Amino acid sequence: MFVPCDRGGGSASSDFKGSTLLVPAVSVGNVGQLAADLVISTFDMTKVGYFYTDCLVPMVGNNPYATAEENAMELSINAEVYSLPSKKLVVLQIRSPFIKNKYRPFCQTLLSWVKSSKCARVVLLSSSHAYQRDDEQLLGTPLRYLLTPDLEKAVGGLMQELNWKEMEKVAAYPGINDTEKVLHIPGGGITKLLFTESCSKGIQMAVLLKFCSEGDNIPDAFALVNYLNEWLQLIKSEVNTSSQWKIPSSWRLLFGNGLPPALF
Amino acid sequence: MATFFGEVVVAPSRAGVDDEESAEEACEETPEDREIRRELEKKREIDVLWTLKSGASSESSADEPFVCSTFIIAIGHNAAAFLSSFILDSVCWEVVGVVKLWNEWCRTSNTTNVLPTDSFCLFYRLISDPTVFLCQCSCYVAEDQQFQWLEKVFGCMRKEGLQVTILSTCPVADYKTQESTLTLPSPFLKALKTKEFKEQVCCPLLEQPNIVRDLPAA
Repeated sequence: MFVPCDRGGGSASSDFKGSTLLVPAVSVGNVGQLAADLVISTFDMTKVGYFYTDCLVPMVGNNPYATAEENAMELSINAEVYSLPSKKLVVLQIRSPFIKNKYRPFCQTLLSWVKSSKCARVVLLSSSHAYQRDDEQLLGTPLRYLLTPDLEKAVGGLMQELNWKEMEKVAAYPGINDTEKVLHIPGGGITKLLFTESCSKGIQMAVLLKFCSEGDNIPDAFALVNYLNEWLQLIKSEVNTSSQWKIPSSWRLLFGNGLPPALF
Repeated sequence: MATFFGEVVVAPSRAGVDDEESAEEACEETPEDREIRRELEKKREIDVLWTLKSGASSESSADEPFVCSTFIIAIGHNAAAFLSSFILDSVCWEVVGVVKLWNEWCRTSNTTNVLPTDSFCLFYRLISDPTVFLCQCSCYVAEDQQFQWLEKVFGCMRKEGLQVTILSTCPVADYKTQESTLTLPSPFLKALKTKEFKEQVCCPLLEQPNIVRDLPAA
């Protein structure tokens, strides 16, 4: 499924051993994908390959991270992998929705690629419907995390220090039986499936998610990427880090074209 | 989500279908459901039928891959009509294949005698240079069939030295630009090209954040 780019750098550019892999879930508000865009754009990450898959709706366009005419003409498709060797960071960006009934095969293939590429850990960036919060979740931070048992051993303590909130489980049969609790991530797309599969396959995975609604999700993306930064310290700064994330050129015109002058 | 009028609606998410419910359903699928799903998948399979020189039809898998230097694909009614009006004629071009498919939007047949208003997907070859192929695809190829179309059609072609040109149309209203599309002189051409394409492109490249989707993208 993974096809490396021919960059003349040899296989070094697609050596992901020991790296942290960021994967966005296609979820409410596309927050994970927007956050991934911010990371790729800010660090000017190099494209090292793509996924040749029949599980996502096809799309193609010119380079979404173009900064000048010279780099504006490279084609970009629906699932591409970017790398930043200096920070041992790899990002998979997904740009289109899943084709019906194909999300399961995609998850299987993705997780076996994660295992074969020997990434140290995976961080899944996701979101969940804000309107499905219970009374307690309405108060306080809208950001949550989850860790697979294998990663819990490594970084569970750090999460406590950061004062992060773990995603709460909900009653399996609300109103009838409150003792049995299950994980429920409405609007999270493949988040729950990837997380439960990673738990059973012994993959070190963290899920970082934000409660949000559809709308202008740019602030949600900034919130999620700052949350990620609290842990990974990709940008070291004592002051407000929001201003240090670079918005990609493809975020122009998110809400439509200019207005016709004849309207006025 | 509550709207201004007070009723509660389920907001459609840009993220696509929330598959949580269907995930649970998949686990509880009865053998009957599985059978229905398999039948539906079979119905949505694409058949590419090539007509050999002798006039006999055969399944694509039995053939040797075609040697192909140029492949022009016209997707959609407008692009197909362009080829019909300006390029195709019965003297220089021969029909060499057809795609048979079904989806909720259209059905094509394996007849090569089609009307311009039909939904069809036909392949032609230039008689004077049999390495030049043309495809008119005026039917809609659904999301789950696009990859299959791609693999089955290109699976029959030798890809060395192959140049592919894809012609397609999009509504002007979908074009994202700083000005309003009302004042844009239309129609206008934009292009996307791979870095292996070294020739001069005859029109400006498609600017960000515009994208191409569906079969032309595949």
